Amino acid sequence: MSERPSEPAAAISRDEVAHLADLARIDLSDAELDHLAPQLNVILESVVSIQGVAGDDVPPTSHALPLTNVFRDDVVTPGLTAEQALSGAPESEQQRFSVPRILGEEQ
Amino acid sequence: MNLTRRTAAELAESLASGDATSVEITRAHLDRIAELDDALHAFLHVDEEGALAQAAAADERRAAGNPASALDGVPIAVKDVMATKGLPTTCGSRILEGWVPPYDATVVARVRAAGLPILGKTNMDEFAMGSSTEHSAYGPTRNPWDLERIPGGSGGGSSAAVAAFEAPIALGTDTGGSIRQPGAVTGTVGMKPTYGGVSRYGLVALANSLDQAGPVTRTVLDAALLHEVIGGHDPLDSTSIDQPLPDVVGAARQGASGDLTGVRIGVVTELGGEGYQHGVLSRFQESVDLMVEAGAEVVEVSCPHFVHALATYYLILPAEASSNLARFDAMRYGLRVRPDGIEAPSAEEVMRATRDAGFGEEVKRRIILGTYALSSGYYDAYYGQAQKVRTLVSRDFEAAFERADVLVSPTAPTTAFKLGEKLDDPLAMYLNDLATIPANLSGVPGISIPSGLAEEDDLPTGVQVLAPALADDRVYRVGAALEALWTDRWGGPLLERNHGLDAVETGAPA
Repeated sequence: MSERPSEPAAAISRDEVAHLADLARIDLSDAELDHLAPQLNVILESVVSIQGVAGDDVPPTSHALPLTNVFRDDVVTPGLTAEQALSGAPESEQQRFSVPRILGEEQ
Repeated sequence: MNLTRRTAAELAESLASGDATSVEITRAHLDRIAELDDALHAFLHVDEEGALAQAAAADERRAAGNPASALDGVPIAVKDVMATKGLPTTCGSRILEGWVPPYDATVVARVRAAGLPILGKTNMDEFAMGSSTEHSAYGPTRNPWDLERIPGGSGGGSSAAVAAFEAPIALGTDTGGSIRQPGAVTGTVGMKPTYGGVSRYGLVALANSLDQAGPVTRTVLDAALLHEVIGGHDPLDSTSIDQPLPDVVGAARQGASGDLTGVRIGVVTELGGEGYQHGVLSRFQESVDLMVEAGAEVVEVSCPHFVHALATYYLILPAEASSNLARFDAMRYGLRVRPDGIEAPSAEEVMRATRDAGFGEEVKRRIILGTYALSSGYYDAYYGQAQKVRTLVSRDFEAAFERADVLVSPTAPTTAFKLGEKLDDPLAMYLNDLATIPANLSGVPGISIPSGLAEEDDLPTGVQVLAPALADDRVYRVGAALEALWTDRWGGPLLERNHGLDAVETGAPA
């Protein structure tokens, strides 16, 4: 492969891993970051090989079999009761999911 | 004959003839689980009371001359990735510890409607990410052939349960080989149907475009019988195929004659050679020779893009998984952890702390990899490119199936490895799925059949048979033929040669 600058390098820094963990909403400890970053690099090095394998003329496959939209009649069918839907909730109140405050301090 | 040694087909005959009751059969399997599972850990949850109640109901239906299906009363084990109403469903993860779904997956609902008592839920790698069950948050399952070794993964609980005669049949899911590879390393049969052939409704999704549920059994006929129960169109799954299922049971019975006259078998050049264990390749070559003796014609086919299948898979899977697992947000179900030292934490802070505490290492690795592959700037180079290579893999299959009716390869490159051996080397772990992944990328059906023991370690090997999409009957026919040819050669089923559980069975110290 030629080294065009537009292509991502098969390397990921510890800071990038921290940023990705932030995007994925996972608190990673320093020890976890130290452990994960090099492992992710090894994996990325092995998957980077597919760059350039398929040319622009190859269409992407997003599903294994050709699919068309599936329609059905708009009929009411029984669903979960409120009690069932809330049965696994960490906390609930007045038939609703109870959640921590949504806004941060600065908002 | 010991009830737990019988196949599902034999149990169905016993039930139909009145030779045994479902309560007796179910009790025998529950006793076997009680005897062995401390050592094996195939089950995360055993539902003794529920299974016996379902068995009693099955016996009443039989007595009234009104069985719900041919398998009515034959007990089954269910992989813990499937929602089971009233039974815990954890996916091997702490984040779902104690969660009891308020509904059944379609496959579970069909199994219940057909009258099969559910023995319990089987162990798995967390969210089906892994090839060894070592990534289960509840501890690994052990291989019934050697308790120091892995039973395959992610569905190692189902394969071990069936191999150890704790259950006659089980349900699994296969995203990159999680039914077939455990089958190969435990000497059992594992079938991944055509994508869309079995409903995904109620499976906790790993990678939606790759996931497929299927049978985990000891014989090809049993797999076909279970396939018939769970397969077919489901309006609750928009990717479900709206066509009748092929006659898989008829195909398995036809194949059992061992005759393969006129069948064209394609040996895939790229699925063998370097990286494959010597004994695995020897048993594979002998399998091909047996099929030729039975009348098959062999052609060598090249699928040049298969060399990119592993990389393609490890971009598509983490991308889809990172998106799927976003639903574990500590708000509606599952674990909720409050971060230390923060007074009145926000929802986002709770979410971060929960996902850190609730997800294991492999799940975090893949979520971060997927988040990376989907990031703007990298999307085209990684995820977009992987989707294109997926097209090329499918084209390779199309070309190969013009020259051959089925394709064959070793199922897994090695026999079962030791627990812990690859735990901290993700890439080495991923290589286990080298031969099984192309079928998931393309959606074609595949079955793994035992092909004997590798001479260097006396552990099971497996052969994989692949067919074009929708031609599931072909893999049953060829699979059943190969099974018949090998069983004849061995003078009995391969599992009879397993002495790995002898010490546990006699109560001797392990």
